[in-house]
Parts: sequence; C-alpha cells; structure tokens
Amino acid sequence: MPLILTLALTHIIGRGRQTLVAVLGVALGVGFSIAMASLMQGGEDDFIAKLVDTMPHVDVTDERRAARRQPAQDEFAALHIAGLRPREDRRGILNPTEVTAMLRAWVPGKMALSLKTQGVVRYAGRDVGIGIIGVEPLAEMQISSLTKDFRQGSFAALIAGGNNIVVGSRLAQRLGAELGTTVTVVSATGQSRAFKIVGLFHTGTTARDEGEGYVLLKNAQILSERPNAINEIRLKLDDPNAAPQVARRAEAQIGYKAVAWQEANESLLEALVIRNVIMYTVVGAILLVAGFGIFNIISTITHEKARDIAILKSLGFTEADMRRLFLLEGLALGACGSLIGWAVGFGLCFALSLVRFELSGAAVAQEITRLPLAWSIWHYLIAAGFALTSAAIAGYLPARQAARLNPVDIIRGAT
Amino acid sequence: MSALIETAGLTRILPGIVPVTLVQDVTFSIGEGEFVAITGPSGSGKSSLLYLLGLLDRPSAGVLRISGRDTAALGERERAQIRLATLGFVFQFHFLLPEFTVRENVEIPMRRLGRLDKAAMRARSTQLLEALGLAGHLDKRPDQLSGGQRQRVAVARSLANDPPIVLADEPTGSLDSKNSEQVFAILDALVRERGKTVIAVTHDADMAARASRRIHLVDGRLAAS
Repeated sequence: MPLILTLALTHIIGRGRQTLVAVLGVALGVGFSIAMASLMQGGEDDFIAKLVDTMPHVDVTDERRAARRQPAQDEFAALHIAGLRPREDRRGILNPTEVTAMLRAWVPGKMALSLKTQGVVRYAGRDVGIGIIGVEPLAEMQISSLTKDFRQGSFAALIAGGNNIVVGSRLAQRLGAELGTTVTVVSATGQSRAFKIVGLFHTGTTARDEGEGYVLLKNAQILSERPNAINEIRLKLDDPNAAPQVARRAEAQIGYKAVAWQEANESLLEALVIRNVIMYTVVGAILLVAGFGIFNIISTITHEKARDIAILKSLGFTEADMRRLFLLEGLALGACGSLIGWAVGFGLCFALSLVRFELSGAAVAQEITRLPLAWSIWHYLIAAGFALTSAAIAGYLPARQAARLNPVDIIRGAT
Repeated sequence: MSALIETAGLTRILPGIVPVTLVQDVTFSIGEGEFVAITGPSGSGKSSLLYLLGLLDRPSAGVLRISGRDTAALGERERAQIRLATLGFVFQFHFLLPEFTVRENVEIPMRRLGRLDKAAMRARSTQLLEALGLAGHLDKRPDQLSGGQRQRVAVARSLANDPPIVLADEPTGSLDSKNSEQVFAILDALVRERGKTVIAVTHDADMAARASRRIHLVDGRLAAS
C-alpha cells in the first residue's frame, strides 16, 4: 500500500467514532438521495406511461390552425378575403378515405378513426348528457387503453353490428342500468334510437366513466346525420417519442391540426421539469450537509495532527504530500460513505417497493397500487459522484491549511 | 576536506511590529566527521540556528550551503528532498507517530525515499534498532516504551536513510542522566565509527565539553567557535 494511503487510513481509523459519524452522514445522504431519485423518477415514468397509454400519441382533429386559404388567394397576390362563410358548413375531416390512405402509407403505428358527437342517454326517467363516440371496434381495440379497463363485455361485442353501446360504469350506475339493459340515445340533431348496453368499463377517471359512450362508427354517423363523416383520427405510434415529428409531417400533408401528446400536455411536462429541479436541489442539499460532516472531521484531524504534520515535514515530506494525505482522507471517507450509501439506497428502494396502498374508490372494488420506483445505475453514480466531489472539497480546504503549517512553529510550541 | 555545511552571515529575524532577531550574522563551516555542540543561554537562538541548518526555516539574510549547494535558490520540494536524504533529525521530544509501531516509524522515511525494497527496509530497520538495543521492542508502539527507549527509536529513525548529517535539538533534554549518557554515547559513536557529522544543540555542559567542537551563541550572535 502506498505510504500516504497508509498514513491516511491510520488517521481516520484512529478516530473511530468521528469517522463513523462522518461516513454515516455521507451514507445516509447518498442512500436517501438514491431512494428519492428513484421514487421521483419512478413517479415521473409512471405518470408519463399512463399519459402516453391513455392518450393517442398523435391526435388529428377536424380543426385547422389557420383559416383555410381560398384557391383564388394563391392565384392573385392582391386578393384579400376575410370573414368568409361557406354556404354549407361541412364539419369533420373531408374525404376521410383519402386522408387515412395517405397516413397509413407512412405512419409507423396504428390508427383509429372516430366520430365524436353529443347526445343524451335516457333510461327509467333519467337523462344524462354524454359524448357519443363512433368507433371501428377492431381498430379501437388495438389503440385504446380502454380495452384493459372493461368490467363486463368488450369492444368485441360491438363488431357484430346492431344497436349496441359500451358505456362507463358510473354512467350505468347513475342511470340504474346494467349489462343488457336497453337505453335510449337522443342525439343533438334530434335522432333517437334504442341501444343495448353490451359493455361496461371503469377507467378511474370520472369524466370518462360518467360521460362517454361508444357505438359503431356507422351508428354515430346516423345519429349525427353525417354519413361518411369522421372528425378524429387517433394514432398510436410504435415509438411514442416520435410523436412530434409524425404530427408535424401529418399536419403538413393533410392540412388538419395534428397534436402530439407532448404538445397536448406541455404544461404537465413543464411541471415535471420543475419537479426534477426541486428534487435535485433537495438531493444536492442532503449531500452538501454530508460534505460538511467530512469537512468537520478532516479539520479536526488536521488540528489534532498538527504535530504529526510537523514531524512528517521534518522527515522530508513535501507540502504536496501533506495536501495529498488529507485530500485522500476526505476521499476515503467519501468513498466509504458512498459504498455504504449504495447499500442503504438499495435497501430503502427495496423497502419502498414493498409498500402497498389500498385505494378504495367510491363504489368500485379496491385498487391496490405499489409505489412506482425506477432503477437506474445513474442514480447511484450521480449520488456517489456528488458525495465524492463534496468530500474532495471538504478534504481539500483543511488539507491546504495543513500543508501550509510551518513545522518550526509546532516544534517550538512543543518544546 | 570540503565543508559539509557552510554559512555566511546567516540571519533570521521574525517580522512583526517589533522584529525579533533570532540569529544574527552567523558564519561558520562544518566538515565531515565533526561532532559540533551548539551551546548558549536560553533564548540565545540555538534552536533557531538548528532549524535554519535543517531547512525547516528560511533565513532572512545570509547564505547557507549544504554539500556545496546554495539552499536559498531551492524550492520547497528540493528542500524536502534534502531533509529526507541528507539530514536526520532528533528532537528533544521523541516525536514518533503514536499510531505506528517502532519499526514502522523507522521505515516511514525509507518508504518516502523509496530506494529500498520491502525486504531491504525490514532488514535495515531491524539492524538499526537492534544496534540501539531495542531488539525486543520492534513491534511495540511508542507509548509502550520508556523515554530513553523512545529517544533511541528517534535516533534510529533519523538514521533511516543513512544521512551524512544528524541534527539533534536537545536530544538529552528530557532524559535522566543514565539515558542521557546512553544517547550521547550513540551520537558519539556515529561520529567516530560511521563518520557522520552530528550537530547537537545542548545546554548540558558535560556533553558540550565532550564534543569535538563548540559553537557558542549569545543573543543570536556567534560568541565562540
């Protein structure tokens, strides 16, 4: 073992209790920051996964970002048209067959067409307003997160055709209806039809469980008196992170507004960034406090070992040797604390992963959730890196002081 | 024979509002194989002069040559190297590192110099300590030894790298007469048998009388050489 290392280890082992306190300080700092980073990262991943899962990755709607340009405007530069109102206001995505064919040619993922309209569900004297969504069951089953949330029945029950509807569990509850009940659906255009409930879903989001009903696309078009119309194309991509590029390209190609999930949730994602900043500040503060522990013990050692420093210098050790010695002591404490901290962090994460929450919804069966934890080697490396850096700084300041010590002053003082 | 240590007008003044003169205009030269006693009343600058000679302190003025090299131009690293290889120190108090064994204390300067391998260092430390009558105490810690034994370990440590010059600051100052006699005999033997140069600060008149040469200081000035 190198001489300086031997001396450093002798010093810190010689001060057992203080060394233990400093090492534990670092270990707890590292351990807690790992557990916290893991929890925050896990929460974020879980949140985004849920978000990405529930929402379409790219949502193409029948809106346009700017007023549609008239062909004449392209021909004549001087032409100015404002407040244009077409005689027949055909809402929805025009020419859906062509648009979907264009998208299907290159979009990496799945897509589902739908028509959303408003209506009222009527049963046993109760009226509840809902959004009626016309879907193609096979396509919907591939992209919708709802598939997992069915309590009874499924989208597959819609395939057979006929006047069937899938509704949320809370809606059924409010109406007093259940699977197999026939309810009346009245659309905004005044069309009224009887639908049999063939599926019940429960997502946990009240707005959806209470306000959505799924029918065949055809039925929705009949209800809203818009044959062949659709007003939404939802894309589920193979890679959710590619959504912004896909949205941009789709919008440029077909002219309708295409919104990526990142754009739709910009403020939420911004909040996550702020949350991360807060987390790393807190983690940094914990490690900084641990660093002060190291500073304290190295300072104490340099004061107590002033005589040793004088002896070593008189024996022919240089100032650089002395700096190295005390820097090494700081680093040894930091490294030791980091190693124990890794174990503490791992243990904490394991303990947290065992915690179970039993959330009971109002009328539904209990939902059991575990804490979302993300495991990443980076949490361990960053925490240890930060601890070692603060240990190095905490060791360096007293080390510099020790190196400057004039041996004559100490030898005289002792005589 | 060329001079091992040579000084010319060596002066050390502690700066301050009232500057304190520790050593004033000291000029002498010491050759190989001399046993020099630096004597003088308390506060006459004996120890200060020794620290200057030992490169632990820097002179305010004057020239100090060790083995013909002017030390004024040397950097901190080179001065440390001279302390390591050319000079050996013995202080009034043993100044051993308390956490290390007797043998480890003696081996520390050897390990710093790094000229010998592990086995050779072990052989050398054993030989040095046995020659000083510490054969049975190699693996003890300094606090398990008597004052005289500790001081002998300190002498062994000063000889670790076989330096031509041994500087001793009141080496017998904290010892009883029997142990003093023993330590003095060891230093004397170094000069006679091994050809070392020993420079010892002492107020022990007996020791001073037996040295081959005396440098007497009064108020930091050379009174007799």
